[in-house]
Amino acid sequence: MSANSNRHTASNADPGSQSGNAIEIADLSVWFGHGADRVDAVKSASFVLPRGASFGLVGESGSGKSTILRALTGLVKSWQGTMLVNGETLGRKRGKDFYRQVQMVFQDPYASLHPRHSVDQVLSETLSLHKFGDINDRVEKLLTDVGLGPQYRFRYPHQLSGGQRQRVAIARALAPSPSILLLDEPTSALDVSVQAEILNLLTDLREEQNLTYLMVSHNLAVVGHLCEQIAVMQNGEIVEILPVEDMRQLKSSHHYTQHLLEASMGYKST
Amino acid sequence: MTLLDVENLCVKFPTRSGVFDAVRGVSFSLGRERLGIVGESGSGKSLTGRAILRLIRHPGVVTANHISLEGENLLQLSERQMRKVRGQRISMVMQDPKFSLNPVMRVGEQIVEACLQHEKISRNAAKLKAIEMLEAVSIRDSERVFNAYPHEMSGGMGQRIMIAMMLIPNPQILIADEPTSALDVSVQTQVLGIMDKLVRERGMGLIFISHDLNLVSAFCDRVLIMYGGRVVETCQADKLYEAKHPYTQGLLNSMPRLDTPVKRLQVLKRDASWMDGDIASDSDASGKAIGRSV
Repeated sequence: MSANSNRHTASNADPGSQSGNAIEIADLSVWFGHGADRVDAVKSASFVLPRGASFGLVGESGSGKSTILRALTGLVKSWQGTMLVNGETLGRKRGKDFYRQVQMVFQDPYASLHPRHSVDQVLSETLSLHKFGDINDRVEKLLTDVGLGPQYRFRYPHQLSGGQRQRVAIARALAPSPSILLLDEPTSALDVSVQAEILNLLTDLREEQNLTYLMVSHNLAVVGHLCEQIAVMQNGEIVEILPVEDMRQLKSSHHYTQHLLEASMGYKST
Repeated sequence: MTLLDVENLCVKFPTRSGVFDAVRGVSFSLGRERLGIVGESGSGKSLTGRAILRLIRHPGVVTANHISLEGENLLQLSERQMRKVRGQRISMVMQDPKFSLNPVMRVGEQIVEACLQHEKISRNAAKLKAIEMLEAVSIRDSERVFNAYPHEMSGGMGQRIMIAMMLIPNPQILIADEPTSALDVSVQTQVLGIMDKLVRERGMGLIFISHDLNLVSAFCDRVLIMYGGRVVETCQADKLYEAKHPYTQGLLNSMPRLDTPVKRLQVLKRDASWMDGDIASDSDASGKAIGRSV
């Protein structure tokens, strides 16, 4: 069974597939700490991602954009609200089925790969966790898919460049053939030339494997390149959701979005 | 007027598999202007900044025909004389304030320490100067910040404190190594504005090291583009988009832009000749520095 057909059977068996929404988040609040120390990181955020969409979350550091991803993947337990993935409501615990559909790529490829595990170990561990057969072929296919090729299979992270590591991290995320990828600043630790390669790879993969992206970034140009819908966050709240065309024409109704757009257009000497 | 003149600067690191040339023959001169150095990671831009201050540690080796600060060759100074140059005449702002400030010392103490190192004034006078400097970098409640610890500060605040600390001895040259890379875009413009204003008011020379081409082209007067330890191109910052060298063009094209969307980004195709080939330079931008009216 190829990776693609496997993903299809998974989504067809899913009762919520008719709704056409990959992710629905309604009234999500996330907090850290108790009592006086309580910090509300996300305050009643709501948004919907249709299947195959690409959605971006932008905002300054501390605005809660990564926290939404972490709550969705179950890395943060203290949340309230409704989260639906492929039509299924998420509970407190995430099962293996969930991680077969949703995978995450983290910001820093230097920190997200185990320094003493080879690329082969990283990928085959994920595959065996998800009970795949023919691991050998799959590892090679994954490496080819992300543009690395089988010759990188037995390398360790320190023998790879930053861009190559991020490719391995993407390959690991693709291993269970998910339908949704959560991208947490996937290119912010990379040089612009390498960033272009990774962004192109993400564009291609989305087309080939019909993936849904939920991407977090502070770089408006990167989000504008990859996403069709963009949510702007400030202090834990989504202040505006706008299509990318509006953002390109600097048409935004909220003053904070306007401020971010101006800041990202570059430094202006006064 | 030339403040700093660097000719044929090389930084080498001996390794088990031979000598690694991190910087290979960089030459430039700096006047009272804002000079940008851009390049990817590993292009040698940070090492160039550090080599000027002779901050390359053993086993790294720095060689150059000369690194002259107002005619004085820094390479011939003793370590003791060099210490008088660092901070007082050339100072440096590093990338991340989290790693540059002492975590167990109050912010104010650190600025006062920097001040007392370079000037023979009383502690009280130094404190007043430090608070004045904190106000100069747009920190509103400077008294509170003076008594705070670095972990109580945000990234942007920390970086402004670093700038305050570095500018307090009134150096002639400020080397800023990715000073805003760890900051959010909106804070970034604020910090740059402050740095720009101070550098301009005091008539300093600024070496601005960054990987962000857009930022450098908007912020600096002149840009050096580095690749593989060499300067491949020098150009006027506002003419960066007319750059001739294929590497510079490749870098510019590989950036996603909000105003001009493309389906696929152009990927940089590296050419072996960039390592040793000709250096493209704009005739009026290369060579001697152009003075900036203050």
